[in-house]
Amino acid sequence: MCQVEEEYHEQLERVDRLSLSQKCMKCKEEPAVVVVRAGDAYCRSCFRESFIHKFRAMLGKTRVIFPGEKVLLAVSGGPSSCSMLRQVQEGVGHNAHKKLRFLPGIVHIDEGGALGQSIEMRRKKTSDLQQMFRSTGFPFYIVPLEQVLDLPGSVLVAPSARSDRPDSAYKAAVDLFLQSGGGSDPAGPRQENGQESLLDVHESRTRLLEQLMDSVQTQTAKLDLLNTLRQHLLVHTARKHSYSKLMLGDSCTRLAVRLLTSISLGRGAQLAQDTGFSDCRYGDVVAVRPMREYSAKEIAFYNHLFKVPTVAVPNLETKTSDKSSIQRLTESFVTKLQTDFPSTVSTIYRTGEKLQTACRFSSAAEDSDRCLLCLSSLEPGAEEASALQATLLSERLSQTRGPLSSVPVEPEPAAVGRCCSSGPCGGADCNAGCSSSPTGPQVAGMRSLLCYSCQRTVRDMSSVHHLPPYVLSEAHRRQKRSAMKEQISQFLLDGAEEHD
Amino acid sequence: MSACVWAACVCGTQICYCSLSAEILLLFSGINENVYEHVSMWFTGNMKQLLVWIQRNLLKERPELFVQGDTVRPGILVLINDADWELMGELDYQLEDQDNIVFISTLHGG
Repeated sequence: MCQVEEEYHEQLERVDRLSLSQKCMKCKEEPAVVVVRAGDAYCRSCFRESFIHKFRAMLGKTRVIFPGEKVLLAVSGGPSSCSMLRQVQEGVGHNAHKKLRFLPGIVHIDEGGALGQSIEMRRKKTSDLQQMFRSTGFPFYIVPLEQVLDLPGSVLVAPSARSDRPDSAYKAAVDLFLQSGGGSDPAGPRQENGQESLLDVHESRTRLLEQLMDSVQTQTAKLDLLNTLRQHLLVHTARKHSYSKLMLGDSCTRLAVRLLTSISLGRGAQLAQDTGFSDCRYGDVVAVRPMREYSAKEIAFYNHLFKVPTVAVPNLETKTSDKSSIQRLTESFVTKLQTDFPSTVSTIYRTGEKLQTACRFSSAAEDSDRCLLCLSSLEPGAEEASALQATLLSERLSQTRGPLSSVPVEPEPAAVGRCCSSGPCGGADCNAGCSSSPTGPQVAGMRSLLCYSCQRTVRDMSSVHHLPPYVLSEAHRRQKRSAMKEQISQFLLDGAEEHD
Repeated sequence: MSACVWAACVCGTQICYCSLSAEILLLFSGINENVYEHVSMWFTGNMKQLLVWIQRNLLKERPELFVQGDTVRPGILVLINDADWELMGELDYQLEDQDNIVFISTLHGG
């Protein structure tokens, strides 16, 4: 197992050569058309059935979405989210066998501005999507990413969720829903056209957004930042239109990639939230991922066989090489491994499934204990001997050696040399200044408000001033608050009362 | 699948149609026409040869985004007449008259 060229290739060869003459493993009658997992070949109709069943089962099993609840579907136009839309569409339809009883709406974030796409291209794409959304009959919102610049600071403040409902609450809610005859009106109170004419974004906003993206120097950080901004905008849109659930179309393959990526990005502590079924870090809006049991292959086949329309939207990763970012590299690693070892994705995914998503900060944690960008808890466990502490310690040690050591071994010797070794300024202060020199003193303060991974992302930005105003003002607010807290700390009686 | 590049490959008297899904088209700026008629060289072929043909005739720019080694890049699915090519012998499949070959990318960003 440890050799590069293993000698037992023969054993790894597929035992039985698959062929078209093979029958469906489920009904054993029809010829198989798709190999879902290694060796499991399904025919067309059995594949469809299992696909649909999986979706309903996922929602039924998890009991997170209550009947009559408003659920916002985040549709990018890609295969996975479009297939999710189809599932919901069929699920709430008149003749659905086991009807889904929530009220769906659709949101699409037009990221063209961050990718430098022309207005015409964005128009065309959004009109395609509009057409697709209109045919569903659900209310829909097409929001340009530029709007992230106008978000209120409240996006970063998670209102505490409605108190955790016990399992029995779900049953009660179902009963109540049935009694009130909620099932009779399948389309629900259909809002007259949820769409807003947002196609005409002001050019200056687009330029600001471009500046923000350009200020990020690495592709990895760019993707991470874009992801964060998109998430904020989605949550904001959901809140604005009073949706309490946000459905994301992450597939199993995608989540497996995300799991490994997150670890590489230093987001180990947030893994469960990043990849779990439900993500309650936003408090009143809970993100759910109902597509997480489907592999990308299943989705692609379903979309092709059952003519699910998709709108191919280029993103930051289009046409990039494997090594352009950690995200891309991980994806290529996983997909390559998957071709030779077909259970790679599911193994990674199952491992991730074991991670718990405890909504422990839904009520207790204060906003200042959360990361400014990703809203995850800042001190996961806060153990003395955690990897995070070790990293921080070694970072601190390598920074404070200024006056002690004579040879600067800093990554950027030029900057350090100019300031530390010759200048009259002393050790720690100076180093803090140096490390954040391109961005000014604010970064240093901002770092304490971010989780480790988001710190890395912000560090790759040439200037934090390009961050959207709501982030900056919230950072300012928190900084002021903690300064104030420090000032009055001697007047406080004891630590427990600081939470007031 | 929406936008496709159609390539009618003439092999003797046989015609097989291959289409590239919209996601794959994102990879190649050269070909973003919705319908693209392409009749070309003859080959008596199997899938392996078809890939070589596509690489030579359709994808002049950065073929590594589509083909790696002598097979498709991992993450790209191949359907032969709406069935998984794993069931059809993959690269050894002998193309027949009126075959319909579809390539779909499952990678993020095409």
